[in-house]
Amino acid sequence: MTAEATAGLENSALAIAAAGPRPWSLPRPDWRPLLLGLGLPVAAALAWEALVRSGLATGRLLPPPSRIAVTLWKLARTGELWPHVGATSGRVGLGFVLGGVAGILSGLAASYSPLFRRLVDPTLQGLRAIPSLAWVPLFLLWLGIFETSKVALIAVGVFFPVYLGVMGAVLGVDRKLVEVGRIHRLSGLDLARRILLPAILPALVVALRTGLGLGWMFVVAAEYMGASEGIGYLLVDGQQLGKPDQIIAAILVFALLGKVADAAIVALATPALRWQDAYQGGR
Amino acid sequence: MVPLRAVTDFEEPAPATCREGTGEQGAGTHGTGKGLELAFDGVTKAFGDVGVLRGLDLVIPAGQFVAVVGRSGGGKTTLMRLIAGLDGPTGGTIRIAGTARRGLQPDVRLLFQDARLLPWQRVLSNVGIARGPGWKARAQALLAEVGLADRAGDWPYVLSGGQKQRVALARALVTEPGILLLDEPFGALDALTRGDMHRLLTKVWRQHGFTAVLITHDVAEAVALADRVLVLRDGVIADDVAIDLPRAARAAGAPRLAELERRILNAV
Ligand SMILES: Nc1ncnc2c1ncn2[C@@H]1O[C@H](COP(=O)(O)OP(=O)(O)OP(=O)(O)O)[C@@H](O)[C@H]1O
Ligand SMILES: [Mg+2]
Repeated sequence: MTAEATAGLENSALAIAAAGPRPWSLPRPDWRPLLLGLGLPVAAALAWEALVRSGLATGRLLPPPSRIAVTLWKLARTGELWPHVGATSGRVGLGFVLGGVAGILSGLAASYSPLFRRLVDPTLQGLRAIPSLAWVPLFLLWLGIFETSKVALIAVGVFFPVYLGVMGAVLGVDRKLVEVGRIHRLSGLDLARRILLPAILPALVVALRTGLGLGWMFVVAAEYMGASEGIGYLLVDGQQLGKPDQIIAAILVFALLGKVADAAIVALATPALRWQDAYQGGR
Repeated sequence: MVPLRAVTDFEEPAPATCREGTGEQGAGTHGTGKGLELAFDGVTKAFGDVGVLRGLDLVIPAGQFVAVVGRSGGGKTTLMRLIAGLDGPTGGTIRIAGTARRGLQPDVRLLFQDARLLPWQRVLSNVGIARGPGWKARAQALLAEVGLADRAGDWPYVLSGGQKQRVALARALVTEPGILLLDEPFGALDALTRGDMHRLLTKVWRQHGFTAVLITHDVAEAVALADRVLVLRDGVIADDVAIDLPRAARAAGAPRLAELERRILNAV
């Protein structure tokens, strides 16, 4: 091996060593804050459990954790829970896709076209000012009491944060980086794919997460208004039959589904956003 | 960290084709000879009613290294953007290699004061931003030329300011431009790094043979690097100074250099 090759090897070894684990980009997970944060709810639950068991409280309106767990377990074991989960997830999923696609397309149109911004944006902003639940009676009247009105309501909820997020993100893209692309004569498609999309992706993910969160909120409203299936139906059912354990179990299922859906978006976006983690870790 | 072998690269003797020391100006015969001639015919640029450039008539021969100095707000960046085709002139024509040009120019590249690397692409992909067949090998070769062969896989944010500018230089050269525009690319660097960048720029200019237009606030930098210094004042070329001194003789403190520097400072 020549001396030069050896030097080259040493150089790359050095480079690898230098590029090796960067303490600030791979923070060791610290569980202490999480445990600390769990302390209060866990303590409260244990205390309530103890109070009910010792007979100091009846737990009729607020069942102890153990009874909620049993109810949840029964719902899952008997298979009664799954159609409800499926119905609710399906509504949110469909509404999210419809509202999300519409939000992305209108957001892009608004950021590319000043005409769209002047012509359509004021109307959308006006519509946005209406609390979305106020649409419910109209949607019921127009679209009937079945799936269509529910999905439409969810889609409306998802639409606005996505629309605003995408418009803001595209308008906020660093013009200097776009210029770099233009100078290097990237085609319109390459410019969109290699510069605009990565530039707006962080904001787009935030917008989609916000939209999805609203989607879950609106599905409760939609199902509360009348449904024969869905987690929201379990809420209504629990209220009408006086089963607080079922209501709380349904709430927990909502929380879990929301968390899982949110985590799925984050997981999907993470590979494309790795540069950003590194970037922020470096600061 | 700058690899040592890159530093030694800078001190290579000038290729024999270089006409250093003759003191004459004009078309360079050095390098690959790919430089393009750049000419302005009565070029003006106004923003609203404010005339920034008020009629430039000028020919920069192929392969020449020109520095443009002038006060802040004097229109230097505006001039660059016109040459690159990022903006259009209000009046007059810009000719490259003899033909009038409009719009973005394929054979002109621009090096900005801020390196403008894409944060979401690693160094190699940044250099090869134009893609095309064989771009990886080409980008890697250019990275080696600027002394950063071993940083190809890094994210841009881990690089120092000087290293970022080297990557930007490699990116600008990857398509072998006929004209390279440099808009104060070294303004934010410390004196030592600046010296390194000057040597690197001179080296790649000789090797690639592009026509170089360097904008700078720093008159010392202009006279150290360029064949010719243009003073842009009140929207016109107020002075056009040939640096008739071989680069090897341009050590700081050379009397002729000091004289030229004084003349330029007076004109600015
Ligand atoms: N897009 C624009 N719209 C309006 N005015 C502009 C625009 N771009 C530049 N100008 C004006 O043109 C003048 C020249 O600007 P330019 O950036 O070319 O100066 P410069 O010589 O590069 O200055 P500096 O040395 O500070 O970079 C300035 O007065 C600036 O305000
Ligand atoms: Mg400028």
